[in-house]
Amino acid sequence: MALTLTREKAQPAIVLRSPGYWQGVLARLSRDRIAMIALIVVALLILMAILAPYLAPDDPTRGSLARRLKPLGTPGHVLGTDELGRDMLSRLIWGARLSLVMGVVPVPVAFVLGSAIGIIAGYAGGLTNSIIMRTVDVFYAFPSVLLAVALSGTLGSGLTNALVSLTVVFIPQIARVAESVTTQVHRLDYVEAARASGAGSLAIVRVHILGNVLAPIFVFSTSLISVSMILAAGLSFLGLGVRPPDAEWGLMLNTLRTAIYINPTIAALPGVMIFITSIAFNLFSDGLRNAMDVKT
Amino acid sequence: MQTPPAIIDIRNLAVTFRGGSRKVRAVNGVDLTVDRGEVLALLGESGSGKSVTLRSLLRLHPKGTLIEGEIKVAGQDVMRLGRRALADLRGGTVSMIFQEPRLALDPVYRVGDQIVETIRRHMPVSRSEARARALRLFEDVRIPSPESRLGNYPHEMSGGMLQRSMIAMALACDPAILLADEPTTALDATVQIQILLLLRELQTRRGLAVVFVTHDIGVAAQVADKVAVMYAGRIVESGHIADVIHNPRHPYTQGLLDARVELAQGSSRLRTIEGAPPDLSALPPGCAFAPRCGRVAETCRTVVPELHSGSTSVACFEPLRG
Amino acid sequence: MSLDLGGPAQPLLTVQGLVKHFPVKGSGLMRRRVVRAVDGIDFKVKKGETLGVVGESGCGKSTTARLIMKLLDPDSGTVLFDGQKLGHELELSAYRRQVQMVFQDSYASLNPRLTIEESIAFAPRIHGVTARAATERAHALLNRVGLDPGRFAGRYPHELSGGQRQRVNIARALALEPRLVILDEAVSALDKSVEAQVLNLLLDLKDEFGLTYIFISHDLNVVRFLCDRVMVMYLGKAAEIGDTEAIYERPGHPYSKALLASMPKANPAERMDEPPLAGDPPNPIDPPSGCRFHPRCALAEPVCSQSEPPLLQLGGDHEAACLANMSGSGHSLAPSRAP
Repeated sequence: MALTLTREKAQPAIVLRSPGYWQGVLARLSRDRIAMIALIVVALLILMAILAPYLAPDDPTRGSLARRLKPLGTPGHVLGTDELGRDMLSRLIWGARLSLVMGVVPVPVAFVLGSAIGIIAGYAGGLTNSIIMRTVDVFYAFPSVLLAVALSGTLGSGLTNALVSLTVVFIPQIARVAESVTTQVHRLDYVEAARASGAGSLAIVRVHILGNVLAPIFVFSTSLISVSMILAAGLSFLGLGVRPPDAEWGLMLNTLRTAIYINPTIAALPGVMIFITSIAFNLFSDGLRNAMDVKT
Repeated sequence: MQTPPAIIDIRNLAVTFRGGSRKVRAVNGVDLTVDRGEVLALLGESGSGKSVTLRSLLRLHPKGTLIEGEIKVAGQDVMRLGRRALADLRGGTVSMIFQEPRLALDPVYRVGDQIVETIRRHMPVSRSEARARALRLFEDVRIPSPESRLGNYPHEMSGGMLQRSMIAMALACDPAILLADEPTTALDATVQIQILLLLRELQTRRGLAVVFVTHDIGVAAQVADKVAVMYAGRIVESGHIADVIHNPRHPYTQGLLDARVELAQGSSRLRTIEGAPPDLSALPPGCAFAPRCGRVAETCRTVVPELHSGSTSVACFEPLRG
Repeated sequence: MSLDLGGPAQPLLTVQGLVKHFPVKGSGLMRRRVVRAVDGIDFKVKKGETLGVVGESGCGKSTTARLIMKLLDPDSGTVLFDGQKLGHELELSAYRRQVQMVFQDSYASLNPRLTIEESIAFAPRIHGVTARAATERAHALLNRVGLDPGRFAGRYPHELSGGQRQRVNIARALALEPRLVILDEAVSALDKSVEAQVLNLLLDLKDEFGLTYIFISHDLNVVRFLCDRVMVMYLGKAAEIGDTEAIYERPGHPYSKALLASMPKANPAERMDEPPLAGDPPNPIDPPSGCRFHPRCALAEPVCSQSEPPLLQLGGDHEAACLANMSGSGHSLAPSRAP
């Protein structure tokens, strides 16, 4: 019967390959000027954080009461000094380390956990879906700031606890997105066709679901990095994140708060850094979304 | 004696979409006239440019679309109309019905209110007058218990009922021209024929000029006086519907007619047109049908044939004897 | 491989008393309303034949397909495949290898992130074929459905035309070497000239691989061309079943007659004046009592709203469910009782 198929071996020498989806995304992304500039800014910030010991002109924790709150352009302290006389430039450079860690780390962790939760719920459907998603909704119902503060407050201050609470804040958000795209894809004919050919759940999820849902979840997650940056800064500002005297932009904003009437430009500097970083991540994630969102 | 001017007169229409870096020539030099009270079917497959041609009559294209040529509708130069005049034309003199009434009607308003709104936008009448008019329209399109149906939301109506409502709305301001874009394609067979007969009846009673876009020869045969067959953005053959169906002169028209399954009863295979329509962003230099044509000659591959009139007009260097 | 068990006389598929109701969302707590999508149908598909299933939206033809494919679980009813009861004598995974489906939407039925060859090779891979052999089979199938593997195997669905994609879907359905292929409006979305090409292909493949088809369609012309037998469905029930020519020449149910008369003839001289059938297909949530067709039927009499007609033999295996054909039904047109 159908075994004729294997007999007429039609093995062509060359199979024309179309560029894959991700190649297309990269190509489109590289043509997006704004996204590329944002990417360069992000790369520079990361580089700055890594090379902090070599770039910083001064020790970020060594202060001197004699040179408190020096203005911009002071010889030896280009960006002035803070309320304890520490060199602002050095603190901003060193601050990038903790700020970036706090801003960036929770998102990939939440991406993995949230996607898993959402995809399971979306694929299983029915009662399992209801149980998982209603639990997720309980967390989602709180405003993210409130939830982050409440969690950090309960866990106590410190970098790790801040990271944990930020991750917990993002999991429900990512899970909801993951659940809705999975439910959508799950209904498509090609998933039905795969079921009809006897494929098990694991194979269907791996081959047909993941490839089609991870991209939109990923885009949504990258947009959370900027939120995470701001929340992390907020936690530190409230004293729930990094402890002094470590340099972190949110914490610096807090300690400089008292100096706002004396030297407002210095007090604003950490804010500017937070702003630049968060905008850069945001623009890059926008570009990524545009590059991925093609009507194929 | 002078013949009255055609109510629709299109000359050398070309429509180009710019999608990214590619330019897609959806319509590529179309001449078309429709007289008052006449039904013209634009027949073609997907990508033939039939819908795009139809939409050009109201300039309903997305931004960035290049429209060239002359379009005269009811004495007005559509290409030169300002925003206001264009809005008056749409739904006033010319109205349109679509394949998916569900997308054309607003889901959050009652159908009756939407018709009343349409009437009041184009005519200086009171609310109650508009209401009475809407009721008469619902009776005209044979909606049972029209009074209560006016109060329905779109989701409360079946597909056939919605299409009737949309026809009522299209006729609300006594248009002279009705444009129909595959209005029965999404309907069930028994409902499709009801809507076709309704359209024909309303057309005759009101003396409407109708341009009816369809891919279905059977549907065209049921409603149209004349037919224009389109392929790759050009009209390849046009004439009276009976002439074109019984004596096709263009090889493509003949291919389409031959491919009909109802002709193949008893035989084991269908006659087909081999190959596929050309890429509209890279049209061949000559006749667009040449690569698929059984009668192809040297000239066909280099020169675009013009539409020559005869008993039917045909754009072909080697037409079949009609 | 898959063996022919019962010989040619044994039906390949026997469906008995198939029922599927869907709960209506947002219906009251007290009385749960249901859509009676499929409401008790019986039919057989003979080996090597093509059974057409026709009817309008809401008649249950697509639900029937999904029930046969086991993509949905029926509320009741049994499916026998080559005499073996599904779920008892025949395991689902073995059944799935032998029954495949082609869907209407050629785009939605292909994973946009997989190349054509990956899509076709997926099912064989699941069933333990090596990657190399599965790819080879995919290429051979592409060749067979008229697509040059060198040009198409490495491409993505969005780069193909509708007709080409549907050829890929057909190749994909054949990759497991099934015996029964369900074609759910598989050519309905295609342009007429492409449709003709795909129909020819389906005929050739059927001969070559000894396939049996269930062909679901709303296009009666296509069904007449392709199918040996036809089942006409109305609101979850079979209105008529029989040989194609018998039904098209002598429809035994008023609905089949009206449906056939509704097809527009491609001849302007044969224009209709009156629609053969008034009204819209009713909602399967609350189907009419008695014969479900009676509110739209030209032959309807009071008795039609009271008793539900069974499928009645008209000759050969031509059956129709109409009281006007049933002697002693109380319908005025019913034949008098045979002596």
